[in-house]
Amino acid sequence: MRKAALDKIHHLARRDPRVLFLGSDLGSGTLEEMRQEFPERFFMEGISEANFVGMAAGLAMEGFIPYLNTIAPFFTRRAFEQIAIDLCLHKLPVRLIASGGGVVYAPLGPTHLAIEDIAAMRALPNMTVVAVSDAEEMRRLMDQTLDWPGPIYIRLAKGGDPIVSDPDKGFAIGKAILVRAPAEILLVTTGVTLGTAIQVADHLADEGLRCGILHMHTVKPVDAETLVATAAPARLVVTIEEHIRTGGLGSAVLETLSDHRTTPLPKVVRLGLPDAFPKEYGSQDSMLEGFGLKAPQVVAAVRQAWQGVAS
Amino acid sequence: MTPLPVPQIAAAPALDERSRHLRRLVIQALEGGGRGHIGSSMSLIEILRVLYDDVLRYRPDEPAWAARDRFILSKGHGCLAQYALLADKGFFPTAELTRFCRRDSFLGGHPEAGKVPGVEASTGALGHGLPLGVGMALAARLKKSDHRVFVVMGDGETNEGSVWEAALSAGKHRLSNLVALVDYNKLQSYGPTREVCDMEPFVDKWRAFNFAATEVDGHDVAAMSELFRRLPLDADKPTAIICHTVKGKGIPFAEGRADWHHKAKVTAQDVAAMYDALEGC
Repeated sequence: MRKAALDKIHHLARRDPRVLFLGSDLGSGTLEEMRQEFPERFFMEGISEANFVGMAAGLAMEGFIPYLNTIAPFFTRRAFEQIAIDLCLHKLPVRLIASGGGVVYAPLGPTHLAIEDIAAMRALPNMTVVAVSDAEEMRRLMDQTLDWPGPIYIRLAKGGDPIVSDPDKGFAIGKAILVRAPAEILLVTTGVTLGTAIQVADHLADEGLRCGILHMHTVKPVDAETLVATAAPARLVVTIEEHIRTGGLGSAVLETLSDHRTTPLPKVVRLGLPDAFPKEYGSQDSMLEGFGLKAPQVVAAVRQAWQGVAS
Repeated sequence: MTPLPVPQIAAAPALDERSRHLRRLVIQALEGGGRGHIGSSMSLIEILRVLYDDVLRYRPDEPAWAARDRFILSKGHGCLAQYALLADKGFFPTAELTRFCRRDSFLGGHPEAGKVPGVEASTGALGHGLPLGVGMALAARLKKSDHRVFVVMGDGETNEGSVWEAALSAGKHRLSNLVALVDYNKLQSYGPTREVCDMEPFVDKWRAFNFAATEVDGHDVAAMSELFRRLPLDADKPTAIICHTVKGKGIPFAEGRADWHHKAKVTAQDVAAMYDALEGC
């Protein structure tokens, strides 16, 4: 997914002279082909995130479209004020490509985890927050980033994630994708949890429980219209996110249904990480399992919640 | 390169009528808003006067003119000084100054781009201007434009790490089209900069970050005008100029006083006293 995003930057740079790439201190050889082809449009600025976000703002004020890449929390924690003021207040077209969304860096410990990034970025006026499900969807997203107004936070997954998106469903920033038809149970996903939801829906279908799936790759601006319409027949809505349960997808879904739905809310279950810094290491998979976010555990959670709703 | 000679800082001459006029505009705004960063604005007046009178390229009736020099007041709390210059130059009517900080005024307690004609970037939180300036200077280079980028910072502001991150970038990219100016009034909000967070040796710090750096009396109009005409000081480096100033300059009872950094309740008596004091300078 990261490679898809970075390769796309190079392609976009060929198409549009406004496109620049800025990295902090990325791995050796990152975007080497772009550096060779456009040395004056490739910047590696060192471990100074506050500066490179501000620099990008200065470039964007002059008409450029800077694409930035570093590890997610080094954007959202370290450079929060620069993102808020330099990018969001000025509504500048800077694209933050955030490596290691969620618990990708589980073995590296809590300093490298992006577990509250969506909440932090979603709180900022003028910010757009996107987490796609796989590399193919990333390519479709990147094509649309050239002319989207204002900053975009693009959350990357681990890489090598299974391709679960469907090109026939199209892609538009800010437009949720209906992956499975609305039903009495609705699973809502962002990022790679789409893959989890598909497994869960398949499994529950075998048990005779039909689940709709709505993929909200764009958490902000939230596609309220599609969400409310898709949730209309639902008696149970389950949100699944690789993020703390505070302020992320689940919160966005609850707020949106509460604000826009004219009838009483369905039961909403928010699956995610607890309000705590993870204490274990291991792998992304083992950490997700520890937090009950692997498919078999989500199946059990949905089944249990449905029993409560249906009884 | 051989270090630049450090000029001897002599006491600036008394304020002339133009400096007093600009300060009167600041006092008008203070009176209108009933508040403001007095000391932080008064120390800036001559720096901005020289920039706007003699150095910067701009068109008041076309603030977005592509070939303009970019000016960022990174110490946004000194905005009253910039508002005075922008009004004086015709970017907006002087009468607007009396509406400072009113609910529907475009002149807030910190300057905002898109609201105030002539303001390039919204500042207020400190340490943002130099990174923005680095980006703008790189943009000028990419576009092969000969316009320059000026960033004015406060001395306390340079406590911020982001200033020095940006200085590293500016030095690395050899941004000779970037000029960093520091209003070195020696006082930050709590007290003397030497006690709160000493930046000395200040000029040497900038040199160590690959700037061509020097210092000047920030109230000496002739000296600054002469110095700024020689920019860049090195054709292969960004420039840093430490401007020695006096906080509250021109208002003797506010000069060098940390408690005049900002006043939230400016009374009619304060205003009258400031006008009176100014005439004696």
